[in-house]
Amino acid sequence: MANYSTNEFRLGLKVMLDGDPCSIVENEVVKPGKGQAFNRVKLRNLKTGKSWERTFKSGESVEAADIMDVDLQYLYNDGEFWHFMDQQSFEQQAADATAVGEAAKWLKEEDVCTVTLWNGSPLAVTAPNFVELEIIETDPGLKGDTANGGSKPATLSTGAVVRVPLFVNQGDVIKVDTRTGEYVSRA
Amino acid sequence: MTGSRPFPAPSQSDPMTWQPSATLPTIAARAKLNRLLRDFFARRDVMEVETPLLCASTATDPHLSSWHSCANGKTYYLQTSPEFCMKRLLAAGCGPIYQLGKAFRHEEHSRQHNPEFTLLEWYRPDWSLTRLMDEVEALVLNAASAFGLTLEPFPRLTYQQAFEDTVGLNPHRCSAQDLLQVANAQISGDFSTLDRDGLLDLVASHLVEPKLPREGVILTEFPASKASLAKTGLSSKGDTVALRAELYIRGLEIANAYQELVDAAEQAQRFQQDLHYRENHQLACVPNPGQLIAALQNGFPECAGVALGLDRLLMVLLGCDNIEEVLSFTTTRA
Repeated sequence: MANYSTNEFRLGLKVMLDGDPCSIVENEVVKPGKGQAFNRVKLRNLKTGKSWERTFKSGESVEAADIMDVDLQYLYNDGEFWHFMDQQSFEQQAADATAVGEAAKWLKEEDVCTVTLWNGSPLAVTAPNFVELEIIETDPGLKGDTANGGSKPATLSTGAVVRVPLFVNQGDVIKVDTRTGEYVSRA
Repeated sequence: MTGSRPFPAPSQSDPMTWQPSATLPTIAARAKLNRLLRDFFARRDVMEVETPLLCASTATDPHLSSWHSCANGKTYYLQTSPEFCMKRLLAAGCGPIYQLGKAFRHEEHSRQHNPEFTLLEWYRPDWSLTRLMDEVEALVLNAASAFGLTLEPFPRLTYQQAFEDTVGLNPHRCSAQDLLQVANAQISGDFSTLDRDGLLDLVASHLVEPKLPREGVILTEFPASKASLAKTGLSSKGDTVALRAELYIRGLEIANAYQELVDAAEQAQRFQQDLHYRENHQLACVPNPGQLIAALQNGFPECAGVALGLDRLLMVLLGCDNIEEVLSFTTTRA
């Protein structure tokens, strides 16, 4: 695998640190006028999601992480694994609960998700920014409610619970922003 | 610009980056500051000079990297500061001089760095470093008031005091092992390959500088290993220290001043040390600055000199926290 020198550091670069793949989220050069330069780097551990801070001597190099983001279609969940398919090659990938994480509650069959592969295997799954899901359970709305009125919890077909306006009913399909978990509109 | 290929393939510039990095009011503020600085020196009978940016020699400091180019079989270096040529003028007897011009360092961009930047450098024959730092203070306070900013006179603090206050080590006497221990306990990373000097830089930049007074401070008496082109002397506590001072404002290194080394033999020896270090650490070879040594041998006046980063001063005056806000075009847009 290739190495990256500190002068190639940029946001989003994927490197190996202590055996884990990480993404650079901040890179600050600390350089006294006449003295050794350093790169103070903030990284996100892609396996655990934790933030790390690390100082490198400028000119040092670190191993590149074999990380690739691919768009795959979600097929089904067999109880243990979530299965995805490349729509061009029809090649399939199985992601475990750790990789799928929070995205699980937004995954609807046939939706296309971003799957992060590390050495060719799923490391993380990102749901589409917006998903359309059916409400399977919510209290009936009350007469005279407007869009600006109150809100109530609604359980979606995937099991996710979001707050929806009072006028939205069971059986409606709604659009949700998966990044915030908020109701956007009726689909 | 490297010397290896005489005609490198032209790289395409991105038309989307035609716009200036700085706003027009900031560009006007720079013009105002330049006018003010020229007035300051005119009132004090310091002569403005211009020296070449392309020279046959360049700084030997291992941590400075120069841009260079070849022409007619000769290598020329863009100057990392105008120091060498200005010192040659001093040796020729020019009296007090200043220069407001560009300097170039082959380094990464950051919020505080652009490879091409503006330096205000001046020299005062027969002056002490202390007196020069008073003048630096006067210049900065003067500029601040012209920009409607109130700055108080800067407290003086020795490098040793700053170090002891923050990490409890005497920077002149502690061992590399002591520094490594502090670094390992407080900074995340692998620092086992750094030498003592590198560890001093690490601890200073990560632990000491962030604790310096934000409103400005003049740091004095640097470790002897950081003397570069400054004289060394004894501190009040009997340690050998570099007669070097730096002004920091809001954590930014604004100015670096020396009681200039006038001893040609010692200067030649320091250059040799730098060149050996470069050879042993696979750093680019640079020529021995023979003309400067010859100038020093000719009889160089006792003097104090300072280089002040004008872009950073402008950042302080305008309250900017990224150097690109004060440059007409950063190198990425140039």
